Amino acid sequence: MTIMQSFTELVHQRQQRESAKRNRPVETEVTKLDVRNLNFFYGEKQALFDVSMTVAERAVTAFIGPSGCGKSTFLRTLNRMNDIIEGTRHNGTVLLEGQEIYAPDVDVVALRKRVGMVFQKSTPFPKSIFDNVAYGPKVAGQRNHRALSEIVEQSLKRAALWDEVKDRLQDSALALSGGQQQRLCIARALATNPDVLLMDEPASALDPASTSRVEDLIFELKQNYTIVIVTHNMQQAARISDWTAFFYQGYLIEKDHTLKLFTTPKKKQTEDYITGRFG
Amino acid sequence: MSVPTKLQEPHLARRHRIGKAFEWACCGSTWFGVVVLGVLLLSVGWKALTWPPAKDKPANSSTPTVEVKSTSAPLSTKFFSSYDSRKPREAGILAAIWGSLWLIVLVALFSVPIGVGSAVYLEEYSNEGRLKRIIQVNLSNLAGVPSIVYALLGMTAFVKMFGFFTKDEGKLLVINLLFTTVDVPLPFDRALISGALTLTLLVLPTVIVASQEALRAVPSSIRTASYALGATQWQTIRYQVIPAAMPGIMTGVILALSRAMGEAAPLMLIGALTYVAYTPGDITNVSDIFKNPHGLLDAPFDKFTALPLQIYQWINHPRAEYAHLAAAGIMVLLTILLLMNTVAIVIRHKFQKSTRW
Repeated sequence: MTIMQSFTELVHQRQQRESAKRNRPVETEVTKLDVRNLNFFYGEKQALFDVSMTVAERAVTAFIGPSGCGKSTFLRTLNRMNDIIEGTRHNGTVLLEGQEIYAPDVDVVALRKRVGMVFQKSTPFPKSIFDNVAYGPKVAGQRNHRALSEIVEQSLKRAALWDEVKDRLQDSALALSGGQQQRLCIARALATNPDVLLMDEPASALDPASTSRVEDLIFELKQNYTIVIVTHNMQQAARISDWTAFFYQGYLIEKDHTLKLFTTPKKKQTEDYITGRFG
Repeated sequence: MSVPTKLQEPHLARRHRIGKAFEWACCGSTWFGVVVLGVLLLSVGWKALTWPPAKDKPANSSTPTVEVKSTSAPLSTKFFSSYDSRKPREAGILAAIWGSLWLIVLVALFSVPIGVGSAVYLEEYSNEGRLKRIIQVNLSNLAGVPSIVYALLGMTAFVKMFGFFTKDEGKLLVINLLFTTVDVPLPFDRALISGALTLTLLVLPTVIVASQEALRAVPSSIRTASYALGATQWQTIRYQVIPAAMPGIMTGVILALSRAMGEAAPLMLIGALTYVAYTPGDITNVSDIFKNPHGLLDAPFDKFTALPLQIYQWINHPRAEYAHLAAAGIMVLLTILLLMNTVAIVIRHKFQKSTRW
């Protein structure tokens, strides 16, 4: 099967790049997020059905599936972003390092500081580049300008944007190109020093060159962060992720090592989807 | 030969004619307003710059030559620096200008916090529900209530204070600030503050609705992004939503204030004076504020007049000169309103350029 061969090729390319950089044994997977029997509802409509999954620390986990399959909804339950939407409810547990994030004593503000998020559409605030990146630390109470400058520089460097903007930090963030804006949003998310970075189709609105830069960036970031990414691009999932989960109509159909999922899927639906028979 | 017949359509020429006629009709509607404004400005402007020909020249032949020399036109620098007078050629609008200025400042001070506060509550905090719908419908209706109705309310609530304080007692509420005291008469009677509060009631619905629209125009992705970075709701509103909505809010506020500035009826009903020979707080120019800062605190409780009232009073006057004075007053009022609207437009344009989502 040629499609599966091409996926295999992509995964192998990544693993080769990785083995050069990896400084820890491949097999020691630490569980960062542990979701058990999660059901989620928008009003009366159920969007997720009994989803159970673990997310490995310092690895990239990709969610794939057709539009409306619940992958974005699931992603947003991981930092309680769905709380903003009126009329949503859930049952089941989501554990971040063993701690229930929906427990009554958990402050959602503190949770979101640890679990950062990057959205599909880049949403820079209509402020300067500096103020965009410094926003997270500022709202968390950091007032010292020198400390803020340091955080901004660090975050922009990590997001591979520093060299392009270091001379114009006070310019409006809206003047940046689409790809730069998205990397700015990643830098902004990194500035709060999260453990987990959730990315909702971060490259879907970008041109191929910017997409490849963002993918390289994700590859770099996973040395230090746990990354969960929603993508509708299966090649992208194969290129960047260690784990891939396939969602369909609100159910988690299958989650496995990316290579296994793309080459020897256990479920018929997964195989049909990745070979392009539907979706 | 077959090609031209293919391109033929029934009644095509007629359809084009109808289209053209409609275009001209729309064009005519547009120019109707422009022409009316032009005629108005020309006639008022002409009046404002000339005195009427003296009819009774032989009766007092000694004085006119002197007067004409001293004020060449109703709209002169002297017009801005004198109070109203029984002698039309010496009358000015100093009291009215300061009265209107004070009104606008006080109305802005009252209506912006209350209006923006309600808008933020309705848009950002309150849940969708029946109560919100009721409030919303009420706001839209209140925005359309005639000003004279608000004037009646202002009369009862501020001028008379529901009759709680009988007037002959002359009650004074002395408010002790740390460094000075302010005498507040109760009830407010015909003071500036009564007029300002009444006009605040008048413009509040407009301010609230305009602010709500400005807040609604802030994309929800900005709020979501702010929450995702660990900001609380208050921080999101304070640092993202309100700054982004500010141009829209400012535009709405300025337009509402310019409406308040032109209102004569409510002020007339609450009994603002028409013949005033002093300014609120005795402040006649900016340097007076530094000479006597206490005047700033006294001013809201002084009796006052305002531009529209002054104009109305002059127009009602039988002497022809006063009509020209009124024209001069209208020019001043129109200029101020035009300036305010210009500021609103400039703000809107400036921020439209800098924030495109």
